[in-house]
Amino acid sequence: MFDPFLMNLRAEGLSVGLSEWLAFLEGVKTGLARSVDGLYHLGRALLVHSEAHYDLYDLAFSHTFSGLNASPELMKAMERWLENPADFDAARARGEHPYKSVEEMLEAFKKTMAEQQERHQGGNRWVGTGGTSPYGTGGRANMGVQLGEHGGGRSGVRLAEERRWQNYRTDQILEVRDFAVALRALRHLAREGEEKLDIDETIDATAKNAGEIDLVLRRDRKNRVKVALFMDSGGSMYPHTELVSRLFTAAKEAKGFKSFDHYYFHNCIYQHVWTDYEAGERLESGKVLERLDPDHRLIFVGDASMAPWELFTKSAALGMPAPSGLDRFEMFKRKCEAAVWLNPDSKKFWDHPTVTAISTVFPMHALTLDGLRDAIRFLRAPH
Amino acid sequence: MTFKRFEGGQRYIADEGLMASVNAALALRRPLLVKGEPGTGKTMLAQAIAEGLGLKLLSWHVKSTTKAIEGLYTYDVVQRLNDSRFGGKDVSDIRRYIHLGPLGRALTSDEQVVLLIDEVDKADLEFPNDLLRELDEMSFTIRELDETVVAKQRPMVVITSNAEKDLPDAFLRRCVFHYIEFPDKERIRKIVGVHHPNLEHKLLESAVERFYKLRSVEGLRKKPSTSELLDWLLVLTRAGVKPEQIEAALPFSGVLIKQEQDRDLLERVRGRPGWKGL
Repeated sequence: MFDPFLMNLRAEGLSVGLSEWLAFLEGVKTGLARSVDGLYHLGRALLVHSEAHYDLYDLAFSHTFSGLNASPELMKAMERWLENPADFDAARARGEHPYKSVEEMLEAFKKTMAEQQERHQGGNRWVGTGGTSPYGTGGRANMGVQLGEHGGGRSGVRLAEERRWQNYRTDQILEVRDFAVALRALRHLAREGEEKLDIDETIDATAKNAGEIDLVLRRDRKNRVKVALFMDSGGSMYPHTELVSRLFTAAKEAKGFKSFDHYYFHNCIYQHVWTDYEAGERLESGKVLERLDPDHRLIFVGDASMAPWELFTKSAALGMPAPSGLDRFEMFKRKCEAAVWLNPDSKKFWDHPTVTAISTVFPMHALTLDGLRDAIRFLRAPH
Repeated sequence: MTFKRFEGGQRYIADEGLMASVNAALALRRPLLVKGEPGTGKTMLAQAIAEGLGLKLLSWHVKSTTKAIEGLYTYDVVQRLNDSRFGGKDVSDIRRYIHLGPLGRALTSDEQVVLLIDEVDKADLEFPNDLLRELDEMSFTIRELDETVVAKQRPMVVITSNAEKDLPDAFLRRCVFHYIEFPDKERIRKIVGVHHPNLEHKLLESAVERFYKLRSVEGLRKKPSTSELLDWLLVLTRAGVKPEQIEAALPFSGVLIKQEQDRDLLERVRGRPGWKGL
């Protein structure tokens, strides 16, 4: 029925599923839309699942339906049909429809749309001809809709063209949940340790046993995985703060790691790492290294870009000889084989001497969902 | 149309888009998922729908420890054990120890009800997925009784989310989704008017201006919400702050901005042109 609309939605990158699309069509057929405005709202309610995608929907909608504004007769016919889809034939008999059938009307709509698109090619297609809309508030009076404070005569197309949801757009799709789901793959559950009384199961078993005590013993199910997260909070990481903090939240909330520690560093690991960057609480990196067991999983997050001397120079403050940043990274790698580096920068920036050097120490993956999955696959079996 | 249509409530003003979403949910028998910042009236909406349609409202407030099964029923096995050992009561009827949860009651109710599942994102990641089958089929099985309960009247389900966690895709696809925008200035004045009817006009104007300016700062972790504005206004009136003082600086900003990082951010923003006195 509205195939071009579906195509436009998908072209904007909205993954509209079949069941949602069918629900939308059913809604139109049962007269839920009642007008082009209603069509806009109905579609948005059923086909979009996040306010971040409202803007994409607006683009697709205005792209599809702006042609109506140029064709008052078609617009009127569409409105009349949407208002009461079951009544099409009767309305036609009363001379309210210039089209023989719904199909013919939709065919005309498709044609108008194609023409409109051609006309706007190369220009700003969303500017359209909003002002010439042949219908205003008048048509609404008989629809029985109590208008809210946002009322006024904005048509669905013009609502879409306003693009008021632009600020809600996040082309950044990685959310805490995505990270959490990926991290879950790191869990490695095993029953070990002493047998303990499982109280819930005991109560259950006893109750089922008509009150005769039935003890249920069970070894603890424990996750043996220990994780340490090292995050670069250097200046060039500033644009990635949000993304890294989401990864951090996901890792911190991930239930069932045997231990989870996190540290901050600035560009590179030197003598100290910070346990709380903002409060300035720090720890000698040698101590951190001691604390780590060989089966720890290490995740470094950073853009790995810095001035070469920051990574390669072997002297610390006061001219004392000290391991270089790269040496320190190698020490961590020697202690814990399962160590990866996640880089939030786009791969096109990876062609940089310090990035290349670090990626010879740690397998480097992009801080994307796929990158994280690859990294975790490595952490599970680092051989 | 065979479904009852929602036309807004007496005390709840719904805009066209919201009403379209509610009616789509009613007609297509899908749960309505309402998202939005705190203080945008998500919970109130369920009340308004119940009132508007003349139905009873059942609420299920989700917490971080809530399990999906608790919404259906709980089996008080400890009570039964206690009764059997010490109570001398008849414990052969398990039914007496099965207590229905809000979802369970909504499904077994003789008349249609509105079921509010409040703050669904508070619970565990898998929580929404665990509800899918029951919400889809509108039936559930009580394992202990080996009994399947089928809804007599499909409840209108309203689910709210603060977007603290993201919801699973499979769950989203089954819902009618609506995002309630934060109220604009005109509307917030009305909301304030309900809570503080005797507020000096000029103070309100300045405070609302400042409030929206503050909300427009990019990168805030927690934007101040309606309830914070209301608290702030209360503090301002109690302390006898003059409207001019609000324009010059931001007195009692701690009421509005609570997170350390946000305070630091404000400190930085203040230095930029056009943001003086924030």
